[in-house]
Amino acid sequence: MSPTQAAARLAMPPEQDVRVPEPMLRQKAVIRNVDFFYDNFQALKNISLPLHDKRVTAFIGPSGCGKSTLLRIMNRIYELYPGQRATGEVLVDGENILAPGLDLNLLRAKIGMVFQKPTPFPMSIYDNIAFGIRLYEKLTRSELDDRVEAALRRAALWDEVRDKLRQSGLGLSGGQQQRLCIARAIAVEPEILLLDEPASALDPLSTQRIEELIAELKEDYCIAIVTHNMQQAARSSDYTAFMYLGELIEFDETERIFTHPGQKQTEDYITGRFG
Amino acid sequence: MSIYSRRRIADSVVTGLSIAATAFGLLWLVLVLGTLLENGIAAITPALFSRMTPPPGSAGGLLNAIFGSVVMTLIATLVGTPTGILAGTFLAEYSRGSRFGEAVRFINDILLSAPSIIVGLFVYEIMVVRMGHFSAWAGAVALAIIVIPVVVRTTEDMLNLVPNTLREAAAALGSPKWKVIVMVSYRAAIQGMVTGVMLAVARIAGETAPLLFTALNNQFWSTNLNAPMANLPVVIFQFAMSPYADWQVLAWGGALLITLTVLCLNIGARALAAWSTFKQ
Repeated sequence: MSPTQAAARLAMPPEQDVRVPEPMLRQKAVIRNVDFFYDNFQALKNISLPLHDKRVTAFIGPSGCGKSTLLRIMNRIYELYPGQRATGEVLVDGENILAPGLDLNLLRAKIGMVFQKPTPFPMSIYDNIAFGIRLYEKLTRSELDDRVEAALRRAALWDEVRDKLRQSGLGLSGGQQQRLCIARAIAVEPEILLLDEPASALDPLSTQRIEELIAELKEDYCIAIVTHNMQQAARSSDYTAFMYLGELIEFDETERIFTHPGQKQTEDYITGRFG
Repeated sequence: MSIYSRRRIADSVVTGLSIAATAFGLLWLVLVLGTLLENGIAAITPALFSRMTPPPGSAGGLLNAIFGSVVMTLIATLVGTPTGILAGTFLAEYSRGSRFGEAVRFINDILLSAPSIIVGLFVYEIMVVRMGHFSAWAGAVALAIIVIPVVVRTTEDMLNLVPNTLREAAAALGSPKWKVIVMVSYRAAIQGMVTGVMLAVARIAGETAPLLFTALNNQFWSTNLNAPMANLPVVIFQFAMSPYADWQVLAWGGALLITLTVLCLNIGARALAAWSTFKQ
């Protein structure tokens, strides 16, 4: 058992301790000595940290510190663009996903992502959810219906859209669109969920719903979330990584980061003295 | 005079000049349409759509020319649309930032602005001369060569307007690239792409020069694509230049017909674009 795991166990409320027995808390992914380059600019410098299963890890830091970049490495979405490359290792269940020759489509089906701006596809609400499911599963009509409904229910959107599944996803409000995107991401039952500032474009009420959703989803998923909102990181994450200028300054349990940060820079940032 | 009142005078002068310039441009358009309507409306009769082009001095219509125009425009569109869409997709989705893509884009822009008479001469040289006779096939090929660059350009432009975040979102679900393009990019850009095709059709509907060297003309009803075929632009050209009054009336009628068709296609394209913006 690593020191962080031990510390995490001590920090857990008792009722959670009963429900999630210790062996379940494992490292789903391990980022090891990762560097990242945009052409010749090095955006990440030697990053190493674990992501725990069934826990939320928040990435905080000023704009341009590389937190979104780090998230984009986890599903290798950066490879859509020439000139971007990553070195080092990201082990997911022990397999290095940065290894050449890996099937990127299968990797991305396993690691879901939600972006800062809601990105509903220009199709019906139903098809938005079914799109990802149909990619890898051959289901009957009623099975598909069930999956779509289940995903929308999990994303707390079902009651709002149950009567207009055939309408365009573009007609929903910003907060609904973002929950639609989350539903779409979890509909394919990924193992890791990457959230890139999922609530930054939303009003406080929608933000709260997304946070409640995250709290619920972490019972099944390993979640990594990038956020500019300090309270959000404090409220909804179990672990926090503070990054600055492409370096990982500090990684610890969220409670420790926000109460007894080990680094001066971390303390300055979370108390608003720079950033 | 205060600065403010000078500004007001400058403002009214410039506004006045702008209105005058717009009116000047519109005036010619109205005159053209007015003359067309005045001279052409008399020729719009059932006979125009039911009878063949006549010899001078006898009654007739434009049926063979209308048929030829529709057939060649249709073939050109059927050939040019998929080619143009696929090439535009290549430029927007597969070759962004690559040298080859830049070169193709540059050449396509040249083709887009090439005088249509050059296209006609080119097809004359590669098809008509080798086959030994004019033909509707050659006419359709010449028109397709005009359609392709228009469709390539509009397809590429419309796909470039699709935000990258949408492509990322689809790719992040594990979707292969072709599926991202077909299911997401095309759906997001479809209205603009259809508008592009309609504008290309409107453009070739009135092209004369390329047909003069390829399909030429045919006085009789002919559905043989391997033979010369009548078409509205060339018939208008021939009849309007003739000294016979009844031919001239038919030329006016044909001109009005093309203008109305192009007008309808343009309005249709705009309505489609407006509808898609409204929908989103």
